[in-house]
Amino acid sequence: MALDDRKSHFTFVGTRPNRPDGLDKVTGRARFGADVTAPGMLFGAILRSPHAHARIVRIDTSKAEAHRDVKAVVTRADFADVPFKPGLEGEFWNVLENVMAGEKALYDGHAVAAVAASSALAARDALKLIEVEYEVLPHVTDVDKAMAPDAPVIREGAADYSVPEGMHPNVVRYHESGHGDVEAGFAEADLVIEDHFVTEATHQGYIEPHACLASLGADGKGELWCCTQGHWIVQKTCAALLGIETAQLRVTASEIGGGFGGKTTVFIEPVALALSRKANRPVKIVMSRSEVLRATGPTASASMDVKIGMKKDGTITAAQGVFRLQGGAFPGAPGDMTAMCAFAPYNLTNVRQVGYDVMSNRPKQAAYRAPGAPMGAFAVESVIDELCKKLGLDPVEVRLKNAVREGTKASYGPTYDRIGLVETLEAAKAHPHYSAPLKPGQGRGVACGFWFNHGGETSVSLALSEDGSAQLMVGTPDIGGSRASMALMAAEVLGIPYENIRVTIADTATLGYNDVSHGSRVTYASGLATIKAAQHAVEKLCERAAAKWGIPVDAVKWENGCAVPSGPNAGDFDPLPLAEITADMGRTGGPISGHFEATPEGAGVSFGTHIVDAEVDPETGKTSITRYTVIQDAGKAIHPAYVEGQFQGGAAQGIGWALNEEYIYGEDGRLQNPVFLDYRIPVASDLPMIDTVIVEVPNPGHPFGVRGVGETGIVPPLAAIANAVSNAAGVRMRQLPMSPPRILAALKGNG
Amino acid sequence: MQYHRPASFAEASDLAAHATGITRFLAGGTDVLVQLRSEIVTPDTLIDIKAIDGVRDITRHADGSWTLGVAVTGAEMSEHPQLGREWPGVVEAMDLIGSTQIQGRATPVGNLCNGSPAADSVPAMVAAGVMATVTGPNGDRVVAVEDIPTGPGKTSLAQGELISALHIPARGANGGDAYLRFIPRTEMDIAVVGVGVNLRVDGDTITEARVALGAVAPTVLLVEDCARALIGTTLDDAALAALAASASAACKPIDDKRGTIEFRTEVAGVLAKRAAKIAYARAKGETA
Repeated sequence: MALDDRKSHFTFVGTRPNRPDGLDKVTGRARFGADVTAPGMLFGAILRSPHAHARIVRIDTSKAEAHRDVKAVVTRADFADVPFKPGLEGEFWNVLENVMAGEKALYDGHAVAAVAASSALAARDALKLIEVEYEVLPHVTDVDKAMAPDAPVIREGAADYSVPEGMHPNVVRYHESGHGDVEAGFAEADLVIEDHFVTEATHQGYIEPHACLASLGADGKGELWCCTQGHWIVQKTCAALLGIETAQLRVTASEIGGGFGGKTTVFIEPVALALSRKANRPVKIVMSRSEVLRATGPTASASMDVKIGMKKDGTITAAQGVFRLQGGAFPGAPGDMTAMCAFAPYNLTNVRQVGYDVMSNRPKQAAYRAPGAPMGAFAVESVIDELCKKLGLDPVEVRLKNAVREGTKASYGPTYDRIGLVETLEAAKAHPHYSAPLKPGQGRGVACGFWFNHGGETSVSLALSEDGSAQLMVGTPDIGGSRASMALMAAEVLGIPYENIRVTIADTATLGYNDVSHGSRVTYASGLATIKAAQHAVEKLCERAAAKWGIPVDAVKWENGCAVPSGPNAGDFDPLPLAEITADMGRTGGPISGHFEATPEGAGVSFGTHIVDAEVDPETGKTSITRYTVIQDAGKAIHPAYVEGQFQGGAAQGIGWALNEEYIYGEDGRLQNPVFLDYRIPVASDLPMIDTVIVEVPNPGHPFGVRGVGETGIVPPLAAIANAVSNAAGVRMRQLPMSPPRILAALKGNG
Repeated sequence: MQYHRPASFAEASDLAAHATGITRFLAGGTDVLVQLRSEIVTPDTLIDIKAIDGVRDITRHADGSWTLGVAVTGAEMSEHPQLGREWPGVVEAMDLIGSTQIQGRATPVGNLCNGSPAADSVPAMVAAGVMATVTGPNGDRVVAVEDIPTGPGKTSLAQGELISALHIPARGANGGDAYLRFIPRTEMDIAVVGVGVNLRVDGDTITEARVALGAVAPTVLLVEDCARALIGTTLDDAALAALAASASAACKPIDDKRGTIEFRTEVAGVLAKRAAKIAYARAKGETA
């Protein structure tokens, strides 16, 4: 147990022990989505549309079915005509339509049929035997063009009540919020800047492709193994799509090789189940990288207009933003989130924000770390940087001057509880990075970012063993080190060593419902539930001690892993260690467990401030990030190394998004770069060492003060990097990614 | 699919000459196997040439010239004690391709025969004046490397022909070469523009020069105008400007996901200048 960096009243929380999954992962023993097999297993493969938008006139699967190695072929017909829960609605219908196309193929890569065969090669070859007749339709992949009057309609009637009359049917949700009088505010300003910003869609880029092994019998009972951020939503969704009862499908989450929000839904899982049901054999499906990029959810692309007014002293007088987000051929682009987060760091008297959710012929967008927030921050923080530059003001001072604090009314409505934005800005100002000299050709950028964080449905069980060790069952897949942080929190309550606690991600049959690992919720919500479950077990331990000593239970308290009399009047008994109580538990009342379930509401919002130095080669437009510092409020860092990892990961993905990652569509509506050679995520040598500062302003909604840290870290990078690059190049970059051709063109256009 | 592992180039040639459908020669496999797995090219006949005697040999001849076997990998070139001292540009160009794992498999012959205009080793080999022995049904012929690719994915090799060796000229005195490529990242990427420069000096004056451009036309280009811009100069600013202008003028690029016409044309000039400076310093025995 590493206690050398202990500096608080906590014993275990705040230390940096080795990760419990470390040995498995470095030795290859960890089992990821594609690592399991079953007796008699078949291999599934999915036929995908080569067209961006096409009516499916006819699918002839007879030749594939006649292939000697093929055991099942499925199309949409194998999902729609279900005896149970007919007529799927809402998001279930959208997911079904996405996992297997109905009347139309809606994007390049949209699944139209699938086969299961006795080998992966046979399955791949059998796809070529399926004949699909398409009637190709006009398509649109750009958000602004998708909103234009002459745009092809993706689907009539997809819009909800929020959309104002007269908008194109591709606009499916509308958000508007704010307060004050922005026009009056702009009139008070000494300088008003309004600009247009564009970001391209990027993929979460998890290294592990989607993979699953499914088995579903004619009795409606199924087993599913898959890599996912949340297996209860997989259970619920697959059961609905296949018309079986939820409890009859047992889903186990594999070890996961990255998700970042992209594995919070299903793609291949219902298909594998349908194939298995038809073939009466287990079916495994593993996506290729091209399938991942073409057919799983990237983030939304955005077109944005932001207008901000500022006084000469740096006071923001008014702010207004219009955020149009394209989320593929289904409702769901987080235009509302973009709008609500965009101005959230600032105390504004007058603010108005509008968000659009727009459909186009692209894959259904999926969550990606703080969905929607990074784009809005890019636009807003760029305009603030430009205002600071034109007014000769320090960008950190201006942000401090306008920063939200406890009691400030947020741009999106509520009043903030205790928050840590000011602390991150003060830390930025004091950090040596902020005052370090820049070399010629370099520029510095800063930006702030905000994310709500989330609680969500949570259930945790803890069971004590006779030898005094503990097993903890949580339902949130470990995507960021949560097994380590759960063990630390349980150790803190139980008073037993971290190493004596084994944390398992329980399957859907062994624990109550848990929401997915998203919304930066796991350390907060599963952590809170872990603490409460451990306290529940401690109550029982105290009861056993009280019974042994023959004193009332309220005369016993728990201290350093032992039951002790609560005071001198309670009696004179030696401390009774946990292991001594559990050794006898079979004879003193039976097994001792703790349990907790709730939907905690006090997640606590989170803010961060990033400082970036960039160097631009003026002859080629190539950018290198020379220095990067992340400062973020973690509330309380349970395992600081993992918190730093989250900060660094957000910065790394932000660097990719800002500089080179993008979905590139051809005139034909096909994705041009569905491989990692041309979808350019950063390689290790592209990144500088990323410095981190953990600010700890405790969240009053968590027993130990935790705020989620997984998402806020990707909110400031786009803006901070754009500000650094713009300052280095001497020309404002308003379009992402800031790829070398775009920067060189801007430099040439500038003179 | 038929898989063969011939013991001689004559046998390999004979197998290929009599094969039907799509034939691929398998050396490192870093293109062939990737294309096979992603269903871009599914060969009917795969001829593995790694079992032929001498294909892994790097040989320096008495006159200072070199012969490379067709299965010599990038890693073997980089680790050779003398090759990189004489031809740093050629070795560095090959070394830029892929990861450490790929370097253990990938070969310059495969890079050449894949026919990509963006192949990193090819502009460096063209600038160096590398020749290839081509073995076919009618025996051997020797061909300049720049005459092998004829377009993206295409070569001048006839059915039954394959490259059986590469020949690098003797470095000789006062010579230097260099290769630079532009990629948006720092590694693990494909050239958006590549420039190989090889030159010789007499004192401060350039007496011989060869300049080759990659990824700016359907094939790697040997640009005579670039050489002319350098020969007779001391690589002064005017020479560099003329070199850049000639390089940009020679470009016939496309707009695609990897770069724009304007970008490639501009950056070809920039990289030509930078590569020429390195080659010039090397020719003069300075470190660069």
